[in-house]
This record gives sequence, C-alpha cells and structure tokens, in this order.
Amino acid sequence: MSRIMDHINRGVDVVVIGAGIVGAACADELAAAGLSVAVLDKGAVGSGTTGSGEGNLLVSDKDPGPELALAQVSLRRWRELGAELPSFALEAKGGLVVATSDSAAAALSERAARQRAAGVDAVPVSATRARSLEPYLTPDVAGAVHYPEDMQLQPVQAAAALLRRARARGATLLTETPVTAIDRGPDGRVCAVRTPAGRLDAGIVVNAAGVASAGVAALAGVPLPIAPRRGYVLVTEPLPPMVNSKVYDAGYVADVATDDGGLQTSTVVEATDGGTILIGASRERAGLDPTFRVDVLAILARQAIRLFPALAGVHVLRAYRGFRPYSPDHLPVIGEDPRVPGLVHATGHEGAGIGLAPGTALLVRDLVTGRDPVVDPRPFRPDRPSLVAA
Amino acid sequence: MTDVAVIGAGPAGLAAARTAAHAGCRVALVDAGAHPGGQYLRRLATAPTPLPDAVHPLIDNFQGASVWAVEARPGGVRIHLRSAAGEGRTLRARALVLATGAYDRTLPFPGWDLPGVFTAGGLQALVKGQGVLPGRRVVVAGSGPFLLPVAAALATAGARVVAVCDASHPARWARHLATVSRHAGKLAELGHYLRVLRRHRVPIRFRHAVVRADGDQAVGSVTIARLAGDWTPLPTGRQTVAVDAVGVGFGFVPSAELALALGCDLVPGAAAPAVHTDTGMRTSVAGVYAAGEITGVGGAALADVEGRLAGASVAADLGFTPPAGTARDRRRRARALRFAAALDEVYAIQPGWQQWLTGETLVCRCEEVPVSAIHHAVDDLAITDLRSIKLTVRAGMGMCQGRVCGPTTRAIAEARLGHPVTDVTALSTRPIAVPVSLRTLADVPPDDTAPTRPGGCGTRPEPAT
Amino acid sequence: MSDSEFGFTFDGEPVTGRPGATVGAALLAAGIRTLRATRRHGRPRGLFCGIGVCFDCLVSVNGETPVRACLTPVAPGDTVTSRRPEVDGR
Repeated sequence: MSRIMDHINRGVDVVVIGAGIVGAACADELAAAGLSVAVLDKGAVGSGTTGSGEGNLLVSDKDPGPELALAQVSLRRWRELGAELPSFALEAKGGLVVATSDSAAAALSERAARQRAAGVDAVPVSATRARSLEPYLTPDVAGAVHYPEDMQLQPVQAAAALLRRARARGATLLTETPVTAIDRGPDGRVCAVRTPAGRLDAGIVVNAAGVASAGVAALAGVPLPIAPRRGYVLVTEPLPPMVNSKVYDAGYVADVATDDGGLQTSTVVEATDGGTILIGASRERAGLDPTFRVDVLAILARQAIRLFPALAGVHVLRAYRGFRPYSPDHLPVIGEDPRVPGLVHATGHEGAGIGLAPGTALLVRDLVTGRDPVVDPRPFRPDRPSLVAA
Repeated sequence: MTDVAVIGAGPAGLAAARTAAHAGCRVALVDAGAHPGGQYLRRLATAPTPLPDAVHPLIDNFQGASVWAVEARPGGVRIHLRSAAGEGRTLRARALVLATGAYDRTLPFPGWDLPGVFTAGGLQALVKGQGVLPGRRVVVAGSGPFLLPVAAALATAGARVVAVCDASHPARWARHLATVSRHAGKLAELGHYLRVLRRHRVPIRFRHAVVRADGDQAVGSVTIARLAGDWTPLPTGRQTVAVDAVGVGFGFVPSAELALALGCDLVPGAAAPAVHTDTGMRTSVAGVYAAGEITGVGGAALADVEGRLAGASVAADLGFTPPAGTARDRRRRARALRFAAALDEVYAIQPGWQQWLTGETLVCRCEEVPVSAIHHAVDDLAITDLRSIKLTVRAGMGMCQGRVCGPTTRAIAEARLGHPVTDVTALSTRPIAVPVSLRTLADVPPDDTAPTRPGGCGTRPEPAT
Repeated sequence: MSDSEFGFTFDGEPVTGRPGATVGAALLAAGIRTLRATRRHGRPRGLFCGIGVCFDCLVSVNGETPVRACLTPVAPGDTVTSRRPEVDGR
C-alpha cells in the first residue's frame, strides 16, 4: 500500500479507472507522453470484458465510418506494439467472411466494395478458393471475402504487457482497489478519486471501466448510457487442424432482424494454438446475469455446423461468457464529459474493445495533451445527440 | 414435466429419490453410471446385483445418462442429458436434487503421470467394480480413512500391498476423542480393516508419503519419505521400493459444477467449492436441493441422511406429505457433521507437501503444465488471480476442465502469492459439465420458459464479435 | 477362453473381454497400461482416476473418439485404438 500513500501527498496527473485493454493502452500512451498515471481496478488486470474476449483485431466487420477509421488507426498501432512489446504474440491470422446464400453474397460484395473505397484490404475470393483456404468449409459457399488485415492476440496478456511498460515509465497499478468516490472542486472539475486505500488527487480521470462505466460516471454525478450485452463462446476439445483462419458467416450483414428478446447471433469459428476451436457469438441484453442459456448455445452450435459440417461430431468442452459495454448508437464514447471537466470517457467499445484500444488511447492522449487528434473525435464525443440515455 | 429430478444415484441420490417417491412425488433418477450405486455402493459390474432402493413405481431411472447442463427457470428446471453414445434429451422438473458426489483429491509428485499410478478411488473401482488387479506390488498413499478399505480390497484380491503411507498421524485424533466415542460403528469398521491388513502383513506407515515415482513407460518404483508434522519431507529415512501400481488419495473433492452453474451459494472457506444448504438441504436457489458429498465430504452415512432430508423437504415444498422422522434425521445429520469435521481436521492437507515438488512436476495433467509455469506467472507476470493464471498457463483448460488440477493449482498459486486468491471458483465452474458434441447441443429444443428482454437493438448491422 | 469371454482388438492386437468389463479394465487385465501418448511431450498415459473424471484414459472405439476407457463397456469385436495426437488432437 505504500505507493498510494506516496500519491496521497503528491497526487498524479491522471487516474485511469479500469485495468482492462482500454485502460492499459491509455496508461501506456499517457505515461509515454510524460504524465504521471495511476491505474485502478476493482479486480485483477483484464478481469472484465477483456478477459472474456477472443482477442480479435478486426476491420472486416466494420462499415466505412468513424468506427472503421478508428480501427484502421488502431490496428496500425497494434502492429507497432506487437513489434515493440515483448511477451505478447500478435497473430496476423486474417479473416474469411463466407456467404451461404445469394442475398448474403450480394450484401457482402457490396459492403466489401465500400470498405475497399475506405482503404480496407477486402479481397473477393471465389467459392473454390475459399474452400481451398478452408477445406472443411461447407460446400454451400455463395461468395466470400478475405481480409488479410484481421489479427489476433491474447487479450489479458496484451493488457498486462501494456501495463508493464506503463509502469516502467512510472505509472502505478493498483488492482483489487475499487474507486468509491470521485471528488469535484467548486468549479465542477474532478480533483481526486477515493478508494478504500486512501484519496488520490488527480486533475484527469479516464473512465475506462467498461461494463462498470455508468457506475463510475455516476460517482461523478452524471449518467452515461453504457449497458452490458452478454455474449457466449463455445470451446471445443483439442483437434487436429480443421480451421485455418477466422471464418465468419456473412449472414449478419444482410440480416438485421432480431430474435426473441433482443437476442442476436452471428457465426464466428476459429482455431487456437492449443488446437481447440472457438465458436461464437451471441449478444443479448440480460443485465449482468452470468448464467448460460443453453438454447442460445444450441444456436451457436447449429450455426457452426452449417458453416463447417465436419464439426458436428466434435465435443464442446466448455463455454464462457462475457459482457460487452455498449452504447445506444453502438459507437464508443471517447472524450471529455462537458458536464464534468477532467472526466474523460474511454468506453462503450462493445465487442470491439481489443481492436480499438490503442486507437482509443492515442485519441485520449491527444485530447488530454491538446495535440491534433489522430482521428476525428466528434463522432465519439460524450455529448453527441445519438447518445441519449436509455 | 416430472416433480423431482435427482441427479446422482449414489447413497444421497437414492435416499432422496426413495423418500420423495414414498411421499408421492414422481421422480426422475439420473445417473451417469451403468448401474446405480455411485462410487460407494459399487457392485461388481460383470455380475451386478440389483439395488432395491433404485426401484419404485414413481421413480423413472435414467442410467448411463450424463447431465451436461442444468438451467433454473421460474417454473422449474431444465436438465440436459446425454447418453454415452451422445444421444441427447432434455428433462423438465419442478424441483431438482443435486447428489453428484465427489472424486479423489490428489497431490502431484514427480512421476505421478506414469501409467500404473492411480487414484485410490481408481484402484477401488478396478478391484471391486471390475474384479481386476491393477498390479501385483502396490503402495497406497495419501491421507484419510479411505486408504484402509482400498488397501484391504487389494490385499484380499491377492495383491502384495507393500505399504500404506498415511501422511497424517493417529495422534491427531486425540483432540476429537469425544466425537469418536459417539461413533462406535466407525471404530468397528476401522478395526475390521486393520485386521485384514494385519492378516496380510501390510505395514501402515504414518507420517510417510510417496514423494516420487520412477519408471520408463510405467511406474517401476516409488520413493517413500518420512514427513514432519507439516508434511515437509525429511531428508533422511527415504526408501525406494519396487512397485507396479500406486494408489494416491488425499480425501475428496465435491463435484459441485451443476450447483455452481445454477448460482447456488457455496460454503464459505471450504478448501474446494461445496454447496451451502439449510438444515432441510435447500440451496440458495429456489427449487434446488443438494445432498451428500457436494455439500461437504462426510461419507456415506451422512450422504444417506442428507438424501432423506432433501427428499422430505422437496416433497413438503411441492405440497406432498413428507415422511415422519425428519427431526431425528436432522439430529443424525448434526452428529455426522461433527464427525466429518473431525475427519477434516485430522486428515487436513498440510502445506509442506509442496516441498516434494520440482519445477518440472506436472500440475495440470491434461495440458501438461508444470509447477514452474505457475511460479513464472506469479513471479514474472505479476498475475494475482486464479482465473488469469488459468488462462495464461492453461491449467484447467484441458479435457478434465480443472477437476484434477484445480485444488492443487490454487494451493500452489496461493503459496507463491503469499495470500489467498479471491476468485476461488475459477477452476471449478463448468457450465458444460461434461463434453457434449456440437450435434447433440444443436438439437436442444428452444426454451419457451427462458427470460426474454424487450425489443431489439436498432437496425444497425452488428459487428462479428 | 471361457463361455462368456470374447475377443476385441487394441491397435490391432487381440485382447480378451468379459460382459460388463470396461475397455480400460480389460486392457489392464491383459497387461496393457499405456493407452495413449500426450499431445505436447509424447508421454505415456493410461487409467488414472478410474471413474471418468480425469479424461486420461481416452481411446477410440469403433471410430468414435474420444472415449473414456474406464467408463465404456467393451463389446465383442470392438476395434479399440490408441489416439494419435496429430490425428485425434489429444
């Protein structure tokens, strides 16, 4: 506890609330910019959404727009980080999006063209070529697009690596340390955070608390419409190689109809180093209910078998779930809260947090230090009209 | 939809099913084994005699059925089963009794992964359940009362039991004489096993443990060490003996994954997650009851009385007339719990065992993770929680999903961290309780009782993950 | 072979089984302790827990895989094979 005692006297420039991938990336960039940083988390590093992520870094699933722009900056930065930081592996796995119906193929092709116009490497691939890339793929391929820029990493490992470097640059990390209050001065600016271990003065608080972001904002006296969206992933037994890259069903591109009660599913199948295959993904509003809905797992299984019929006899060893922090307009919330000077949100990344973290960190750094922002910050600002509290 | 589903047909499950059925409940008795009885009431599989308790007009028996998931719903529970061949089925019941028992707790040592090294329960299953001798020269090691019946069964079946090594010491019973004196039956049982072992000239060595196994493709010898009171192996007095089979058992671990999946509260401070209940065996989840070893390891007699109590509670809660004798059963349970607490104290695993590990000793057998990987995660990667250790070193992520290595990984991590971990269930939660094929999972019928949420999330296309 | 005994094979070799016997017990009775080699280090493994908890005793039976040898009753004519990591994964 001695480090926080030191800070009680001196304070820090920035408190980052959240030691997940976004908080870790922010801490690393802010420390590199010469600021004194303390990262606080009520749990362990990556114990929130980060620890439930598969570690996908994607451009393939993004339509041209602000999120794609942020993703492109972010993936570029991930490639740099992969070279700079030891002890985490970046896999340039690539992604294959497969359409199994003509309408899905048409929608996929149209979207890929728009993505190419925005600078994404979206390579149309014939059905024959798709099946030579993925020999176990269903014969019912109506169209496919390959995205060589999609990557993968191990999220907790990456967050830990970023925090290690931040600490080497002078940042402090306090896990198992919840923030219990955010103090504001007479001008409404944040001036300190309080924890069970003491008070920490800070002029800037970065809210990178993911699913708990609304609670952090509430400590500062403002609402923030970040809510959890639960998702499941199935994990199979270790297998000989059957899936070579990440393979997605393009069905979601055309199909925007929702299932019962807000349940939406997409099909993602990929193999891991350990030989297991991961099958996702679902999203539904279920608060923070940690239980598993077997009928949703059944849908994921059905979809996986449709894409890879040979998987039917493969056994599922486990399932895990995560809660994605989402905002009503499905864009991250990045920027200073105009109602609380000094409170900078860096949250609401939904299922794209791993990929978008370094880009978010660069933008936060630019906003805090007054540099030219690396991307247009306006679509992400906390007071945008489309971000109405639910 | 049946009234009560009982999962597990060992002593607790049989008692619960029988009691509920006698009160008029329709019962589905689900058990993964080929025959009822669980681990305790083991019949010779090649000539099984029927168990009368499993047969009743109101009991539907589902043998050979593994439960891979359970879900609690306002109207009852959904139980997802599959046969050994993979055929799936979903049962619905108004209430659920979990009686899934326990399995051997082991402590690793160099060479424990060699063929020929078994758990004590594994030796028991082979000798008594299959009539097969696992070896001709056997050492049985560990701690706890289970070592004696295993050694006795081996000796009776014709194996040369070279030694029984118990890491604990009978002097530890001195603190519990009052409790012991009220359980004369247990003393008689003990006397019987000691007589069998004496007749076969099997030495029992207290404060001894197998600290190493050696062999090329299978175990050929073990090294037995004397232990200090805290189980630290002493450097002098080591003995290497030739063996072709070893049995290892340090008590039992509750099979609590279904209760964890349902969100049942756990017994605070337990060494491995155990399900908390009230005196009527109700868990914290409405409609879910637990009985037997999963509420805390305590033996077959305790399991039987808890099963009766659970059956009585579920019958009463469903509106049937429960049997008489509940007050007496609660008293019996209280007495048996006191004895179980004494057993826990006498045979408690002491910390010095980690001294017989080397860096290369396997902790997770499935993923072949050595002790050094856990130490590295704590020392060099500054990881402080069990879940991150699991994800980083892969202990608990293999086929057995942490059953064998869970308690050991936690103990090694906590010793290295110098403090307890907070996420004690990280290696025990298994929402998929046993492996199930994608095909069987895909065939699960839709759940019309699942809680729904209003509306969709807009018309924007969703991201892939 | 007595009346109730029957034959099956393990990796092509003939083995005797009895009704009610598990694959693992029958193999053990025949002196076969090693059922597979591990994926990472190729170490031998066989029966360990005997009750279906540890998943060490995995074999293939008549093309089905993975099968726990300690739980699975053996039947006349069964073709039991050892799993090879590069083909069966584990």
